[in-house]
Amino acid sequence: MSVRTSQVPAAPRVSPEGLLETPRERWIRRAERRGPLVVLVAVCAAATIASPSDASWSDVSTILGNNAFVWLLALGMTFVITTGGIDLSVGSLYALGGVLAARGSSSGPWLAILLPLVVCAAWGAVQGILVAYGGMAPFIVTLAGLLGARGLLQALTNQGSTTYLVPAHSWFRHLGAGTWVPVGIVAALFAIGWVLMERTGYGATLTAIGGNQDSAVLLGLPVARAKVLVYLLSGTLAGAAGALGGARLGSGVTTIGVGYELTAIAAVVIGGTLLTGGYGTVGGTVCGVLLLAVIHHLIDRYLSQYGSAMTDAVNGAFLAVVVLAQALLERSRRR
Amino acid sequence: MPTSPDEPDPSAPSAVGAPAGAPAALEARRVVKSFGGVHALRAADLLVRPGEVHALMGENGAGKSTLIKLLTGVYRPDDGVIALHGTERAFRTPLEAQTAGISTIYQEVNLVPMMSVARNLFLGREPRRYGLVDLRTMNRLASEILERYGVRVDVTAPVHTLGLGARQMVALARAVRTDARVVIMDEPTSSLEPREVQTLFDVIRTLRDQGSAVVFVSHRLDELYEICDRVTVLRDGRTVHSGAMAALPRMELISLMLGRDLVAAQDGRVTAFAPDRSQRRPAPDDAALAELLPAGRRGRWARQAIPGDSDSNATDSGRAALSVSGLTDRHRLRDVSLDVAPGEVVGLGGLLGAGRSETAQAVLGAHPAAGTVSVDGKRIRRRNPQAAVRAGIAMLAEDRKAEGVIPGLSVRENIVLAALPRLSRAGIVSTARQDRIVEFFMNRLRIKASGPEQKVQDLSGGNQQKVLLARWMCLNPRVLLLDEPTRGIDVGAKAEVQGIIDQLAAEGVGVLLISSELDELIEGSDRVVVLRTGSVAARLDGDEVTAPNLLAALAGDGSGLGEPETGEPELGESESESAGPESGGADEGEGNAS
Ligand SMILES: Nc1ncnc2c1ncn2[C@@H]1O[C@H](COP(=O)(O)OP(=O)(O)OP(=O)(O)O)[C@@H](O)[C@H]1O
Ligand SMILES: [Mg+2]
Repeated sequence: MSVRTSQVPAAPRVSPEGLLETPRERWIRRAERRGPLVVLVAVCAAATIASPSDASWSDVSTILGNNAFVWLLALGMTFVITTGGIDLSVGSLYALGGVLAARGSSSGPWLAILLPLVVCAAWGAVQGILVAYGGMAPFIVTLAGLLGARGLLQALTNQGSTTYLVPAHSWFRHLGAGTWVPVGIVAALFAIGWVLMERTGYGATLTAIGGNQDSAVLLGLPVARAKVLVYLLSGTLAGAAGALGGARLGSGVTTIGVGYELTAIAAVVIGGTLLTGGYGTVGGTVCGVLLLAVIHHLIDRYLSQYGSAMTDAVNGAFLAVVVLAQALLERSRRR
Repeated sequence: MPTSPDEPDPSAPSAVGAPAGAPAALEARRVVKSFGGVHALRAADLLVRPGEVHALMGENGAGKSTLIKLLTGVYRPDDGVIALHGTERAFRTPLEAQTAGISTIYQEVNLVPMMSVARNLFLGREPRRYGLVDLRTMNRLASEILERYGVRVDVTAPVHTLGLGARQMVALARAVRTDARVVIMDEPTSSLEPREVQTLFDVIRTLRDQGSAVVFVSHRLDELYEICDRVTVLRDGRTVHSGAMAALPRMELISLMLGRDLVAAQDGRVTAFAPDRSQRRPAPDDAALAELLPAGRRGRWARQAIPGDSDSNATDSGRAALSVSGLTDRHRLRDVSLDVAPGEVVGLGGLLGAGRSETAQAVLGAHPAAGTVSVDGKRIRRRNPQAAVRAGIAMLAEDRKAEGVIPGLSVRENIVLAALPRLSRAGIVSTARQDRIVEFFMNRLRIKASGPEQKVQDLSGGNQQKVLLARWMCLNPRVLLLDEPTRGIDVGAKAEVQGIIDQLAAEGVGVLLISSELDELIEGSDRVVVLRTGSVAARLDGDEVTAPNLLAALAGDGSGLGEPETGEPELGESESESAGPESGGADEGEGNAS
């Protein structure tokens, strides 16, 4: 009886406990998690170096002040997408929130705040109930929501012929004025969102639902309730964004918000949240929205003389590059 | 059909063996459940007392998982009574059952892959501080808890970076609360290595000693006899036996389960593999199947089948069906080379982490590695699964949950899925032909379904596996890579699968067999290639394939052949810690009720 026993070479790195990750892979995973941040810093740095004189404080404050409240749509979307769902209604709810705020402001600033929040929260809750208990596809439910909210908007404004104005001396206007108040509010909401996602059982439940809903049910997690809440949350945030926008503009504008849901989805995905659900980060979304805003600003600034077709094309191309870079990083992890 | 002592005894099977006065921790009386027209449970009884480990047995589709889901509030029974500690209960959700003190690990539960190990472990019951999750405490507790399960990992890493066994351990640790008074485990060991099984058994013994009732489902008889005190056998949704585990001989248990006698294994053998290569026979009814299956250029039907009794020539005459050389990846594989001749079954042995699954995946091209792979002497140039399948390689992957069936599709669609491109003529697939193939495999593997159109997600776990096996078999491959083919399927089907592996080999297919059950490896393979930490440590040929040799090669004292001094070395780790006798692969034939 003979057994050919070859010399055993120096053992390759195998962790006995079943940890299959190597240091390199861990490094890539961490880098990937910070990927959006890295890209953001790189783009800002490149812009500053290319034209140092232009990178001024006024740039920053313009970017922040004009865009900040729209980012709330992306915050809500982060939660929704983490559960594996999608919310297409936020663009319409954003516009609806603005009009409701302007309308409510004639009866006092508190109503200007409450009216859009309550209506949009209810709208989101209905969508959530249809998804969670009715078993309907989020895409369809929220697409109906998108159309329905636009319809409601038209009805409220008599096909856009009535414009509601925020009274000139209402303190409600201050919520949207300047840079710091709106940015402060938005930052605070993002901070709360981060805590919700990372430091509560609710955030974990959302992730678990997106990972595998059947398992989440078997684990005894409150799946249906969490799903209703997530659409409610998304609707409320869209309403809040609309209210802030109304305060800044001083009136309810019916035509805004078209396609904003797609921008929000893009920001979330660029931030590293999985479109299929099961993983989402609020920090990533912050990077995503900032990145989109910076790019948009740069393009506006340097390419606007070539017309809007050009800016859109560059915008699209940039998006493709970012997503491609992430995909490559992901693949290199598998190698 | 054997008649057992208490063959359908409608009076009170639950009373069998339960001494008076011992209150049941958990009891189900005559519960009934059907899904549409499918009767999953007809009259099931179960009585589990505190401080005992209770085996729940039955073949695939007998209704074990359904009973467990009824007990824990996932489903509501159509009829019957469920009682916890003597009081009747009707749980509406799994959460209610959990709160009442029943911890359950379900057969099909997955963890959340991108979430950290610690967060998965505490999902739904995170430790709080000021109302928020206390990450530091959570991570510390997670490390401590997992330590008890023999898992030492970075608990902040996402779960998908763990190996299959470690993942299963995390799922177990998640489900088993120390304060649980009833713990139910539905096939917890099906993806564990022997050493991990021992660790789990230690946990179960602790639970039992502190008075918890444990319900344990497994298809591995050795495990059941080792850990369980009492047993309840289900057949076709009915309880057919309930009694002490040790009082029930192995063969009787099997015939109770299957409702028929399993062909007794010959002379001390425990598997259904043919004793040696010369006794393998092609399947008698395969001639008819030959016309059905895709007769690709490389299909086994295209070439003359090697007669089953011409034992000698296959290895040296002609080219190897599969020839692998120099497989090396960055971390886990180092210069792995092996050949599989047509008609040969080559076993791939190794401990946990030795790189067996990685080797198989690298051969398929699913795991990136340098080296060459050739089928029938023809080198596969582009290394990806698609090219490998086209060249005639089929693989049954280890992780059935992730790489397995497509739940929403029917049994039929799942089976013919991979073969479809080659079954079609001008893009059109004959349904009649599909039907015959599907019917063939459903009979052959005894797939228990209401019909070929039933959705796979509604099948029992073991039957889903059989569907997967059928998928790769109907690809008609030249080379079949089987990673733990009999995991999670019942003893009857296991023998069937082992028989089929033999038949395929007799028909000229080269088979690479990975199994952590030593018996299967020893009795099923013509040769065994032993891997250790990613490289080939030993090659055992013909008569050398014996348990002592294999154990010696596995454990790594490569020079010293023969009986290792201290009984059997630990299967699962080379640097073995003491964890009791290893179970999964012992080469005993009789029940070792311990
Ligand atoms: N949701 C469902 N819809 C329809 N049929 C079902 C459903 N769940 C289970 N069944 C059927 O009930 C029967 C019992 O299934 P069950 O999962 O309880 O078997 P099991 O004993 O756990 O088998 P295994 O050992 O393979 O896990 C099977 O025939 C299965 O097809
Ligand atoms: Mg089952």
